[in-house]
Amino acid sequence: MIAVPALPVDALSTVGAVLLEAIVLYVGYGLLVSTLESRVTAAITER
Amino acid sequence: MIGELLGSGMALPAMFVGFGLLIGILFGFFGMGGSFLVTPALLVMGYPSRVAVGSGLAFVFGTAVIATLKHRDLGQVDYKLGVSMIIGTTIGIEVGKEMVVYLEELGLAGSVISVIYVGLLGGIGLFVTREALKGGGGGGVDHDDADGEIDADDIPDIAKKIQSYRVPPMLTLRGGVQVSLWMILAVAFATGLLSGLLGVGGGFIRMPALFYLIGVPVPIAVGTDLFEIVFSGGIGSLLYAELGAVNLGIVVPLLAGSALGARLGSAATSLVDEDGIKVYFGLMLLGGAVAVAIQEGGKALDLPGAQVVSLLLIVASALLVAGAVVVSSVRALQRRESAASPAAD
Repeated sequence: MIAVPALPVDALSTVGAVLLEAIVLYVGYGLLVSTLESRVTAAITER
Repeated sequence: MIGELLGSGMALPAMFVGFGLLIGILFGFFGMGGSFLVTPALLVMGYPSRVAVGSGLAFVFGTAVIATLKHRDLGQVDYKLGVSMIIGTTIGIEVGKEMVVYLEELGLAGSVISVIYVGLLGGIGLFVTREALKGGGGGGVDHDDADGEIDADDIPDIAKKIQSYRVPPMLTLRGGVQVSLWMILAVAFATGLLSGLLGVGGGFIRMPALFYLIGVPVPIAVGTDLFEIVFSGGIGSLLYAELGAVNLGIVVPLLAGSALGARLGSAATSLVDEDGIKVYFGLMLLGGAVAVAIQEGGKALDLPGAQVVSLLLIVASALLVAGAVVVSSVRALQRRESAASPAAD
């Protein structure tokens, strides 16, 4: 088996960590996309 | 063997990020595909069943949160329908679980579930693909029209029949669709029953059911299905986390990749033709049915390579469909741009 160490956290903290990561990623990628969207669209449509 | 190929260090998290990106595109686009792809992959990599299922569910939960937020921004979540569906689905899942226990006592659970799984995936896949190929094309998914009245020609015949049963209380859904609450609960119960019986999130059943049986437009069916997965995935991952079966070392990198993929996938729903969406969805389900049939056939005939072949088929069909979504979106964007600014002679 491939060893990825499991962190010793309780159930609620585990699900809470996943929820927190999801929200942080949503906001983070949202900012990234809004910054880069026009450049990427321009690059695609110019090709 | 797969573990030896990948080694340790950053290769494995990087692979999880890449796999997550692929799944995210499918999840954002179709509103399904998480546990269907992740759990078998983790099993083939050598993780115990409990960790594969628990981590898969936690990943589905995180991806559904992100995709639902995105679909909410696009106005594609019908909360009234979602909450009604959650009630029916929860009861259906409980009944499905009890049926599994009963079938286990009879020693028939494995074979019955596999046959239903292959039949259902294959049947829905064939139906969706046929319907999409029959459609006249055109009329892309317009998010600005999410609240507009639906053209009667766009509502499937089965949905029209279900909408004709006007047993109070009647619910008015997004797009002006009026359906009896009892019909929604019945459809939700049936999809929950299959979900509980097969041990899957159920997006591949619920999304077509919302469109074909209730008559909800595809973008709202996708958004509302994701909203429901937030609850079913959250409860499921909490139950598995209590058993210590959710591995954050797997979930965190998978989610990092899928968050970006889900953005791309849900943005693509506003670019790609609605019939195109249904064709991709149908073809992926057919690929899944063949993969499960190979896996079960391999078990019956004691063929050790069948599980790997099954996984490769699932990953390949997912890769092809995700690639088709990205290419179709890029082409649609280019067409839109050239239509907006016609070239001067």
